[in-house]
Amino acid sequence: MPDDSITYILLNSCIINNFVLSAFLGICPFLGVSGRFETASRMGLAVTFVMIVSSLCAYALNLVLVSMEMEFLRLICYIAVIASSVQLVEMVLKRYSPALFRALGIFLPLITTNCAILGLVLFQTFKGYNLVQCLAYAIGAGAGFTLALAIMSGLREQLALHDVPSMARGAGLTLMVAGILSLAFMGFAGLGN
Amino acid sequence: MTATGMSESIWPVYTRGLWRENPVFVMQLGMCPTLAVSNSVINSLSMGLATLAVLVASSALVSLMRNVIPKQVRIATYIVIIATFVTVVDYALQAISLDIHKALGAFIQLIVVNCIILGRAEAFASKNSVVRAITDAAGMGLGFTFALICLGAVRELLGNGSLLGFDVFGPQFEPWAIMILPPGGFFVLGAWLLVFAWFKERSARTAARKEPSHAG
Repeated sequence: MPDDSITYILLNSCIINNFVLSAFLGICPFLGVSGRFETASRMGLAVTFVMIVSSLCAYALNLVLVSMEMEFLRLICYIAVIASSVQLVEMVLKRYSPALFRALGIFLPLITTNCAILGLVLFQTFKGYNLVQCLAYAIGAGAGFTLALAIMSGLREQLALHDVPSMARGAGLTLMVAGILSLAFMGFAGLGN
Repeated sequence: MTATGMSESIWPVYTRGLWRENPVFVMQLGMCPTLAVSNSVINSLSMGLATLAVLVASSALVSLMRNVIPKQVRIATYIVIIATFVTVVDYALQAISLDIHKALGAFIQLIVVNCIILGRAEAFASKNSVVRAITDAAGMGLGFTFALICLGAVRELLGNGSLLGFDVFGPQFEPWAIMILPPGGFFVLGAWLLVFAWFKERSARTAARKEPSHAG
């Protein structure tokens, strides 16, 4: 499969180079919101949504910046785009789907400081993807993030029922589990070649 | 607070970030860059120093402008201030060492969304005088660097058999390659957190034994 085909980009960003488990992006929500499956899957959904919107906006913005030769403003513009697309998603959800808006609650505004989103728009710029490739990359990354969060929350729900030594309760054990999960995802390396 | 701020001792503000409220080991902030770039000591050190520079500069500016920034748009203002300094550090690092800049990749630009910096701007710099804000930022930044080096040293030693690029174990050593790969980051940070939790628990136990009246 060629490196820039849509299928490969989807597969790559979702499984082979999973954003959370092998690129270390979005670790904060991964550790913070993965306690329960309900919230974890909703968080994944919201992040995917913001990823798609900000990926497309950033693509358009980058064309403008390059044509005006102002690449040094890229970072500031991207972060502004992400913050405003989070705001946009918030407004749209509030208007058309108040139930989902209430369910996401505080997680929605916090997505602005999720490094998976800034990472996504930076990587798509470095890789020089076109519009369709950007869309595939954003969907794949969002799906991968949701997948990692869902698996982790399932594991932690099980873990909560077991007798763990008191010193290992909390972040230490969660990181160990994440390490094993990341080890498992390394098995996907070379997929699609 | 500003009036009494200067007369108070500044030392606890500085040491707090280094150890007692260490951003990585205690508060668990800024995990993404911590895990991603700590596969060698030199990467850890440069990432730590870059973050320190951004943290000190943006804390100073936020503190200077704390009476000018309207409350409603403060978060957006902080992010723009931070993004400006990150761009400066990004270009500076590119000029100093292209190799390190390449090794750290996008994670230099991702300093913008490092929660430590926004957290210190919101929780400390926006309420304190410039000197205290800079001291706090320096302490937090050095604490972050210290944590990164703790991780980087273990990972480089086990995964590559070297420290700062110098061979430690000699040619017979079989590198434990998983340690410099992504899973190693999770394992080593998890292990450090377990060690810290163990220390904390043990010192709490000894303290409880010394003062039995407080134990119950």
